[in-house]
Amino acid sequence: MAAIVEIRDLRKTYAGGFEALKGVNLAIEEGEILALLGPNGAGKTTLISTICGITNPGTGQVTVGGHDVVENYREARSMIGLVPQEINLEPFSRVKDSVAFSRGLFGKPRDDAAIEKILRQLSLWDKRDARVVELSGGMKRRVLIAKALSHDPQVLFLDEPTAGVDVELRKDMWDIVAELKAQGTTIILTTHYIEEAEAIADRVGVINGGELLLVEEKAALMARLGQKTLQIELQNPVTEVPDALKPYGLELVLDGHALRYSYDTRGESTGITRLLSDLSAAGLSMRDLQTEQSSLEDIFVGLVREGSA
Amino acid sequence: MNWAAVKSMYVSEMMRFFRTIAQSFISPVISTSLYFVVFGAAIGSRIDQVEGVSYGAFIVPGLIMLSVMTQSLSNASFGIYFPKFIGTIYELLSAPVNFLEIVLGYVGAAATKALFIGLVILATAALFVDVQIQHPVAMLLFLVLTCLSFALFGFIIGIWAGNFEQLQLIPLLVVTPLVFLGGSFYSISMLPPLWQKITLFNPVVYLISGFRWSFFGISDVPIGLSLMAIAGFTALCLAIIWWIFRTGWRIRS
Repeated sequence: MAAIVEIRDLRKTYAGGFEALKGVNLAIEEGEILALLGPNGAGKTTLISTICGITNPGTGQVTVGGHDVVENYREARSMIGLVPQEINLEPFSRVKDSVAFSRGLFGKPRDDAAIEKILRQLSLWDKRDARVVELSGGMKRRVLIAKALSHDPQVLFLDEPTAGVDVELRKDMWDIVAELKAQGTTIILTTHYIEEAEAIADRVGVINGGELLLVEEKAALMARLGQKTLQIELQNPVTEVPDALKPYGLELVLDGHALRYSYDTRGESTGITRLLSDLSAAGLSMRDLQTEQSSLEDIFVGLVREGSA
Repeated sequence: MNWAAVKSMYVSEMMRFFRTIAQSFISPVISTSLYFVVFGAAIGSRIDQVEGVSYGAFIVPGLIMLSVMTQSLSNASFGIYFPKFIGTIYELLSAPVNFLEIVLGYVGAAATKALFIGLVILATAALFVDVQIQHPVAMLLFLVLTCLSFALFGFIIGIWAGNFEQLQLIPLLVVTPLVFLGGSFYSISMLPPLWQKITLFNPVVYLISGFRWSFFGISDVPIGLSLMAIAGFTALCLAIIWWIFRTGWRIRS
């Protein structure tokens, strides 16, 4: 698939001298869901804001559908829908007027049928005549999405769509994203919830300190960086790791009732066979064994630590 | 030009105006009536005529200008400050629109509201005094240009303002005194010679004088100078707004 959004060496320094983006390179493919994962202040929102024109442009180049976001901003922005992180809505306007306003702003003629379709898709049709101020927080977020979709964008940016949202609504949001992907919309979402990226993304980019640390297929990322742990429960507890087993870097857990061994699935040899035979040689007998795959969260924490080290 | 966007912004701003239609119309009607009661009846009874025009009629152009200027200013400044305050400005910044389209939408709506109010005051005034308009086309031209230029000025104030207090500051401290001292309720020829000279530094004098000329054919300063002043002010405001959107001053970080 071809890249619909291309970011080349994007740098952004704020007036105060803070360097929020330090040369980001990224190609986002048409039709994919890319999750940008990073802690608060990592540069996620700055990246989106710079692409969408909310902040002054930095250096480097961004194209959307081949259109430069600065030089050909009209063509580029017409392809983009943006759902901001904060619930920024005019409180006294009616839902359908608010969505119609956004459609017009993006140069599209009035089309009541198109707006009805979007409102129905987002379960907002019943609330079309309600004023924004009367809606619940979850409904307001839906209105933000409806506004962003009002001009049929090919690329949708969702900036922390589920920050501060309850579990049920988060699930709803994921369903909406899946539905949009099925319609062919390219989606870039930022999040600091690992489970969100894990649940809905095709690819995951990890961003921290204004740098994109990596971008990987989600499954590949987990396989490539997946650390596994093997927990060995012992028949009889020990007070310390026997000298013969020291090279394995074992951790004593469960008050000496178990040993934990971390290994890398990427390695040619995991060292498990040797460990188990050395364990018997050291006179320890096993009661149970269990292995655990590290989650995206562990991978992420590992990467962020590496990056800041 | 993205005309759909201009229409969208204009309609949305006008809808906000129509939501408060009652107070938008009632308050200028009441305040105009009060001015007539106080200035027209109480003071006017002591001043017979100003340059051959009855005092009641003489103050009509000044009254309209006073309201139109303050209304254009407050409508436009609030119109753009509000999206900044509640955060909805992100939509304007990320939309495929340029500064001229935003100005046409927001400033156009603010100027339209002020124009409506100006005409309402004119109609209210006609109930109290006999208002003659010698140059109706020039009168409308001056009215529209004043609405536009002050709405542009208000737009700049709205972008500059960091809080509601600042939003009120310039209108209250600068514009209202300039309008009151700009000959709204008197002819400059009624002032002592020194003040007649000083008052010529007040830009509002040129606007009120030109507007009054369109009613009675009398003016404090030449009509051409009035037109140049208002055109210059409009051009200056437009240039500042162009610069604001080019640099992102106070709207983009």
